[in-house]
Amino acid sequence: MNSKEITIQISEAADSLNLKKWDYGASFSNDYSVQVDKGEAKQLKASQKQILTIRVWNESNLVGITTTSDISESGIKKALNQANIASDFGNKNERTEFSPLAKDPIEVKDSKKRNPVGIKKLLTLLREAEVKLLKSHESIKSVPYNGLSESFYERVYANSDGAFRSYSKSQAVLYLYARAAEKNKKPRSSGSVKLGYGVEDIDIESCIKDASNKTISHLNYSSIKTDKYLICFSPESFLTIINAFSSMFNARSILDGVSLSNKNSIGEKLSTEALNIYDDGLHEKNISSSPFDGEGTPTKRLCLINKGRLENFIHSESTARIFKTIPTGHAGLGSKVSVSPDWIVVEKSEENSYLKTSLDHSTFEGEFVYIEELNAIHAGVRASQGSFSLPFDGWLYKNGKKISIESATVAGDIKYLLKNIVNIESNQEVTTSGISPHIWVDELSITGDA
Amino acid sequence: MLSSQIKSNEIIFGSCNKDLLEEVIFYGMGLGADFVEIFIENTDNSSVLAEEDFITSVSPSFGRGAGIRIFKDKKDGFVSTNDLTKNGLMRSVSQAIEMLDITDNKKIEVFNGLDKHRDYSLSKKKWINEVPSIHEISEKLLVSTKSLKKNNKIITRKGSYSRNLQEVIIASSDGTYVSDIRLHQTVGLNVIASDAQYRSSGSRRFGSSGMPHEFRLWDHEKAANDVFESSMNMLYADYVDAGQMPVVLANKFGGVIFHEACGHLLETTQIERGTTPFENKLNEKIAHESVTAIDEGISEGSFGSLSVDDEGMEPEKSVLIKDGILKKFISDRAGELRTGHKRTGSGRRQNYSFAAASRMRNTYIAKGEHSKEDLINSISDGLYCKSMGGGSVGATGQFNFAVEEGYLIKNGKLTNPVKGATLIGEAKEVMPKISMCGNDLELAPGFCGSISGSVNVTVGQPHIKVDSITVGGR
Repeated sequence: MNSKEITIQISEAADSLNLKKWDYGASFSNDYSVQVDKGEAKQLKASQKQILTIRVWNESNLVGITTTSDISESGIKKALNQANIASDFGNKNERTEFSPLAKDPIEVKDSKKRNPVGIKKLLTLLREAEVKLLKSHESIKSVPYNGLSESFYERVYANSDGAFRSYSKSQAVLYLYARAAEKNKKPRSSGSVKLGYGVEDIDIESCIKDASNKTISHLNYSSIKTDKYLICFSPESFLTIINAFSSMFNARSILDGVSLSNKNSIGEKLSTEALNIYDDGLHEKNISSSPFDGEGTPTKRLCLINKGRLENFIHSESTARIFKTIPTGHAGLGSKVSVSPDWIVVEKSEENSYLKTSLDHSTFEGEFVYIEELNAIHAGVRASQGSFSLPFDGWLYKNGKKISIESATVAGDIKYLLKNIVNIESNQEVTTSGISPHIWVDELSITGDA
Repeated sequence: MLSSQIKSNEIIFGSCNKDLLEEVIFYGMGLGADFVEIFIENTDNSSVLAEEDFITSVSPSFGRGAGIRIFKDKKDGFVSTNDLTKNGLMRSVSQAIEMLDITDNKKIEVFNGLDKHRDYSLSKKKWINEVPSIHEISEKLLVSTKSLKKNNKIITRKGSYSRNLQEVIIASSDGTYVSDIRLHQTVGLNVIASDAQYRSSGSRRFGSSGMPHEFRLWDHEKAANDVFESSMNMLYADYVDAGQMPVVLANKFGGVIFHEACGHLLETTQIERGTTPFENKLNEKIAHESVTAIDEGISEGSFGSLSVDDEGMEPEKSVLIKDGILKKFISDRAGELRTGHKRTGSGRRQNYSFAAASRMRNTYIAKGEHSKEDLINSISDGLYCKSMGGGSVGATGQFNFAVEEGYLIKNGKLTNPVKGATLIGEAKEVMPKISMCGNDLELAPGFCGSISGSVNVTVGQPHIKVDSITVGGR
């Protein structure tokens, strides 16, 4: 069945059950992936998956929901029935409606959908990549975490009011994590991830080079003394922090009491004036971009922080109605509709004259800690309290030398961090989760065991 | 003719599917596979969320699918599908055969048909009717969240419940033919407390397997008191000073450190990858002699217990470390094939879309002889970690864990609460420093995410003392 046929089937099943108001979101995917181990295929995987989430409004206009992987006629009827039963427990205090924008035109771009290359080609490419990575340095002994995959999927949203949206895409991912070991030293590991619309779009050579360079650069390691340091966040690590505290911009989190912001926080100074942050799910570099959200609202670029001040919240249909604004295209379909950012873009604002532009990660000769990657976000971030304590991979730059830091954490408060940004470099870099330049922050606590 | 004897071209749960399964397996073996495994599941799940004094979410979900795994030499091909017809399963077998590039079907491995059906589900079919209804769950959750409102500093109250009922059929070319029903229920309470610029949170989670009435027996008042007290104790806590110090880790969820930092390194998947420092340490001392560690799937009602693993093997009790000596690894079928370590009934997966892998079940440090007070009294300046948050382990074995509720130890006594602490270390270095184990072993439920998805587990330990560890703070 294709998505139009499923919509008709749901409509007919809903009619037969006398259900007047419904919507659904669905995804259909085919995924292929390979892993290798020292030149040999290890696991080859293919999956065909379908997930359907149906919402039903009962006569009291309360919503019930059900998710199923069974899209047969009986499966769809069962899902509608279950959703109808669940609607008896629908939230009376925060009612959900169709998005008022669910039928607005969406920005249709070239999806750049690629054709599958097939398992054999994936395997050949990954084998070659593993061999090259192993040969790139004598200390690299293995590539324990590796994979090359391609996915082909379609997402659909439709409702009983006549809204119907669908799009299909392809995506490929290559990851290579190498392990290096030298005599009388601890093993070190690092890696690289590359995304593309298809396998042919992935720069495999640069993935190998990045994985090799990063891993080797950690071979010369040392503990760091516990103290406060000048920090340079890589684009990836800064985006990790912003995403971890995105509840500051999230209307759902505000209503749930788990955000540092409140309903009246728009206009509040959150950071140094030199900082602008946007959410831009349709950005041309966002390979996973979606033209609409789980409620069918079109995706759009939204300014979150403008010259250091909170400019907008991200919304679903219900939070937007409560905040007396319009949905922003950030909803995830669920019994309780979730809200989350798509693709964060960080940039330097025009109010940047006071920044210390001498702080450039490629030229600065003073002492600083470079944080390449933050880990264990789920454990080390207290988003509702604003605090974080996170292990990281990075280097200490001191006396013209670069030494990998062994087992250390960086700790602080997000508001302190944002207000103590001392430089925002000019060059933005594209990562897998957004775009950002290098960001410098003064006086953050680092714990090491030196 | 009984309905269960009707031959079908589609998998039907609760019926005999032997002929169809044998046909699919014969087909795969005939194409040259060394081994064929079919895992089929049917799920019926629901979750309920109470916020403040209202039910804000009720989410039923159900699904069905199959995962087919073909082994050839030491490599495997895995295909998952929602199509449970004979044609759909055959198609998946063909796809796996093609992926593995099996072209030589002259050397055919023998398949003698499936063994007698081992049906572990017989006494469990009634569970679906015995679990609490959404109405009953909602009422109890609302009473629970009401119990959390003990003063006006509590600004957010949540109670959540989820129930997963999974019916599985497992068949493979070694004759394995098994059916089972698994039931997992979990309930959690969370609060956020606030006073001026101060904020704290508290949370606890409870869970069981195979006990349909367990939610009814859950002492929500005790749980609410516990969560409330934890948040109040931490509300005005100072940040901990970073440094090296001795710590005492509380029992129950304190065991998450052993699970993450050491347990994962004892899974054969880590040997396959060459990422465990314990690979060649069997029968060698890897921990302090006070440490005995166990992984098992047999404790009645525990969150990680199973009648049979996802490869059709009954789980065993595996003594991983005995008095500090490494005794065993946690192994699945692929682990046995690739590393030689015998299967332990630990082949587990989140659902049909994952191939099984060696995973922990109920994993804990065995009890010792000391009281909790003995451990605390032995420290003049250190940290007591009463409640642990989550954590992670890096590719080279470094771990870090957030301390959700911590207290300073001064001169053998618990003193001020502290927040922001993180424990950092490496299993290889920390295991020999666990010098004292308490006599108060308790288990706690959790979810473990790894190569084969998220699976239900139990972590546990008595109170333990680590002589020295890096504590991250400010």
